[in-house]
Amino acid sequence: MVGLKNFFAGRWGIIAVGIVIGILAPLLQKLGNPGNMGVCVACFLRDITGAVGLHRADVVQYVRPEIIGFVLGSLIAALMFKEYRPRLGSAPVVRFVLGAFAMIGALVFLGCPWRAALRLAGGDGSAIIGLLGLGFGIWVGTLFLKSGYSLGRTQQTHFTAGLMLPIIMAGLLFLMLVYPPISGQAKNEVLFFSLKGPGSMHAPLLISLAVGLLIGFLAQRSRFCTMGAIRDFVLFRHMHLLSGFIALIVTAFVFNFLAGQFHPGFQGQPVAHTMQVWNFAGMMLSGLAFCLAGGCPGRQLFLSGEGDGDAAIFVLGMVFGAAFSHNFGLASTPKGIGPYGIQAVIIGMLVCLFIGFTMRKRIA
Amino acid sequence: MVVKVDVRGLSCPQPVLMTMNAIKSGQSDEICIVVDNDTAKENVCRAATDRGWTLSEIRDESDGCAITIKKGKDKELGYLRFFEK
Repeated sequence: MVGLKNFFAGRWGIIAVGIVIGILAPLLQKLGNPGNMGVCVACFLRDITGAVGLHRADVVQYVRPEIIGFVLGSLIAALMFKEYRPRLGSAPVVRFVLGAFAMIGALVFLGCPWRAALRLAGGDGSAIIGLLGLGFGIWVGTLFLKSGYSLGRTQQTHFTAGLMLPIIMAGLLFLMLVYPPISGQAKNEVLFFSLKGPGSMHAPLLISLAVGLLIGFLAQRSRFCTMGAIRDFVLFRHMHLLSGFIALIVTAFVFNFLAGQFHPGFQGQPVAHTMQVWNFAGMMLSGLAFCLAGGCPGRQLFLSGEGDGDAAIFVLGMVFGAAFSHNFGLASTPKGIGPYGIQAVIIGMLVCLFIGFTMRKRIA
Repeated sequence: MVVKVDVRGLSCPQPVLMTMNAIKSGQSDEICIVVDNDTAKENVCRAATDRGWTLSEIRDESDGCAITIKKGKDKELGYLRFFEK
């Protein structure tokens, strides 16, 4: 157990996890998930939001088992290695708002940092612009961190308080098993299912769930974080998390290349647009929000699995942001940005900067 | 004098940031960082050894773990080997 723990804490552990994700994500695309989407956390949370009817964009509605697996896999790992630690109370409402704007920014770009990596590995040139935006947003966030920005300390809480998001995920899995998608039907009782578009494309449920559980388990052990990868390099020149993120991109690229899924270019890429200013700006907003909240969307799910109630609030904020994005025309489509996408990014940046500037008091 | 840094309850990257600040301040050649989770423990140990400091003691406490680091590199004692002990 100690040897395994040390392996995951080391350089080769995080690289191994990056390689595993780099194989499994494009494999899921091969098995039915949308192009260059693999295990995009923002996209899949958005699909879950639609599946339970919180938005009615009928092309992005499906209960994604990968997300459920991420949280429950992390919970299993945390319990096995005695790292489950229920905690709450580090500016939860601020984390909710940051989660909402992180999602809004991601849906302007059409992907979170995970998908930016997978889009790049699939040959989508716009992903480079998105990653530059992400890096810029994170760099702005590190300036706040260096000047004393903090959301304050958490408090220990009841065992069950840390289980809220895992319970929600288990509930979603239960609904999915009781009301599975029925061919040709857009609704099965309480769940909505896309008949066309990315929401209709998915790998078999049990495979998606198994992959999610495995990634959740490994990522909890290795602390895999796509935002932290860039942040730690900018702040400390630490390569640890970055080496895992790079391993993911390189492996996914090799897999895509061998599997015939690599199509270099800017035009005609799956579920992507080429309005580069807004690709940059969307990811800039996301990067800043993730940095201020201390983790990428995947990491927030893994933290939720190990009992972090504040990370769970961030995830619920992302669900809220997804609903907002699709109900009020903030989200982009492959044709370009939504009617209110620009306003949403500007407001999001102002809110994040306001949070960054005003929460810099050092808390002893 | 040992400088004490309490990072309990703080999320990434503040444990490492505060450790680095304590190292950079040059106040002491010995710093004790109190963490309350394994992620922070690993990150702090990794960052300190990266900066050329040595882990001299990791002591479990009731509500966390106290990591004592000393200035100067001990090539024999990487942070992973320390965990194994």
